[in-house]
Amino acid sequence: MTDMAGRMAAARRQTGFYDRLRVNKNWQGLWFMAPAAVILLLFLAYPLGKGVWLSFTDAKIGRSGEFIGLENYEWLGWPWWSDKDGVFWLSVFNTIVYTVVASAVKFAVGLYLALLLNEKIPFKALVRSVVLIPFVVPTVLSAIAFWWIYDSQFSIISWSLKNLGLIDQNINFLGDPNNARMSLIFANIWRGVPFIAITLLAGLQTVSPSLYEAATLDGATKWQIFRNITFPLLTPIIAVVMTFSVLFTFTDFQLVWALTRGGPVNATHLMATLSYQRAILAGNLGEGAAIATAMVPFLLLAIMVSWFGLQRRQWQQGGNDD
Amino acid sequence: MASVDIHDVRKAYGSTQVVHGVNIGINDGEFVILVGPSGCGKSTLLRMIAGLENITGGEIRIGDRVVNDVPPKERDIAMVFQNYALYPHMTVSENMAFSMKLRGASKQEIEQRVSKAAGILGLGNLLDRYPRQLSGGQRQRVAMGRAIVRDPQVFLFDEPLSNLDAKLRVQMRTEIKELHQRLKTTTVYVTHDQIEAMTMADKIVVMHDGIVEQMGAPLELYDRPANLFVAGFIGSPAMNLMKGRIKDGRFESDKGGSFPIGAVPHGSEGRAVTYGIRPEHIHLAADGLKAEVVVVEPTGSETQVVAKVGGQELVCVFRERITAKPGETLGIAPDASLVHLFDGETGKRLG
Repeated sequence: MTDMAGRMAAARRQTGFYDRLRVNKNWQGLWFMAPAAVILLLFLAYPLGKGVWLSFTDAKIGRSGEFIGLENYEWLGWPWWSDKDGVFWLSVFNTIVYTVVASAVKFAVGLYLALLLNEKIPFKALVRSVVLIPFVVPTVLSAIAFWWIYDSQFSIISWSLKNLGLIDQNINFLGDPNNARMSLIFANIWRGVPFIAITLLAGLQTVSPSLYEAATLDGATKWQIFRNITFPLLTPIIAVVMTFSVLFTFTDFQLVWALTRGGPVNATHLMATLSYQRAILAGNLGEGAAIATAMVPFLLLAIMVSWFGLQRRQWQQGGNDD
Repeated sequence: MASVDIHDVRKAYGSTQVVHGVNIGINDGEFVILVGPSGCGKSTLLRMIAGLENITGGEIRIGDRVVNDVPPKERDIAMVFQNYALYPHMTVSENMAFSMKLRGASKQEIEQRVSKAAGILGLGNLLDRYPRQLSGGQRQRVAMGRAIVRDPQVFLFDEPLSNLDAKLRVQMRTEIKELHQRLKTTTVYVTHDQIEAMTMADKIVVMHDGIVEQMGAPLELYDRPANLFVAGFIGSPAMNLMKGRIKDGRFESDKGGSFPIGAVPHGSEGRAVTYGIRPEHIHLAADGLKAEVVVVEPTGSETQVVAKVGGQELVCVFRERITAKPGETLGIAPDASLVHLFDGETGKRLG
């Protein structure tokens, strides 16, 4: 008996540390994760940390700064009741309006298009690819196209409306604060809809047709099927796609910069464009970094909302999917 | 409850016709099974009854009403799908209550009907579960519950057991049959499994390539198959079918071997026929045909033997336990009175 136990212990000792490591799944997993982790640390975590650090310094381009605590934030107008600048809070307001309005419309239009494309319509493949075009065109190119569309003299919209006799003067698309905001939001919607439509379409196609048939036999109208079957089954994917959409819209830069550079009178400055202007063009790295850092709480909030919305619903849990 | 009349129904997708004029009469309260190999049009026919597919030609009546142009929800039918089609985001009771909720039934009525259906199917303690948390058999039962709650005129089942494992399938078969005996609702049931058809149906409709090959009570189909297709399709293991001729009141197989015939049809001497004998209608007989054993498959209750007579392989099922080894010779005798003869050209039954 003791002899046997002794032999087993000896056999155990012979499988060395290295042997056990070789078959260890976690060790293997570590190596699979390593490349991605290195890239994330190098290109995301480090710049983020550096940015936050810069926001506490008075760094300028070409001069590493001194630690100045919260001065950058105070200068921007923190807390808001002792605001000196005004532009920062305007950009926050603009960003929120831009994000909320654009995301809401993108969702509505995207969902509508997805439902439409999920039906049997003529030239379906063609229509699907046409819907994707705004997504495929590089942002700056589409921005230039919109620049011409919104041009104060040569705008095709103004020209058409004038020829139709609906207006007598060119519309000042990008010169008037509210017009500029609406124009930018429209351009952003035009660009963002395909992503949402195609993603939701993919979600729609995972819904088994027999569910629709069962609901039809159960006596549901088209609207009832949408409300009771399609929409609830789509909520997980809606949560994902809208999180992405909100994040991308909130941090949008290219479109605004190409069309208005934040003007007129800062009416279309988003936090991202303002940060760029202050940090790179004006050279105040510390201040720009502070604006960029100020975006983080908003983005975290958006992520939290989707995190709790996204948590696997009870009906998705348990059991296998055979 | 209602009868269902299918009169000369056709279905075409574009220029491809898949159902070619089918006539089936289903009596009130009857359990009818449409059976056939895949692609024979049985599911299409069921979906036409349900209203999920348009009817290209002909007429379907439920009760006295022609339903060709009646939308599915007004046909007063309930359907159980092959994949159950349970709403994944609703609990068992919500799944069952959905149709009544849409109809605007009172909460009290819904609750009463759901709990009654749950009682019938033994789902009482699962009402708050989601479909994902159920086993295959339980999901199947919920799907039936959803149909029962509606209290429809006709139940439609589309291969409801094909996603279950063999043991559960046998059990659910019994449950569905028992349910039908209890509710007595007219039922149309589609399957490709002839055992399901034989065990459950009041009436079997054998379909093949979009036409009805034969229609009748299970044992009628077993005893008197109208043609070669039905003969080969109904019964397990399948009937032995051999081509040959009638000669001197016996059957001569093309591959060699001579077999007895009970009653030779008039004037059929020398005629080309297909000879059919079920494996279970071949008996051991020391003075019978000499058959060389090829494979022996004991199942306990019976023994299945593949044996060669002349050049012809025959499947036989014996109640006796066979100890013969492959290569040895057995004496066998087909029961001449249970032999089926089919015309060599048309495949139609003779006699």
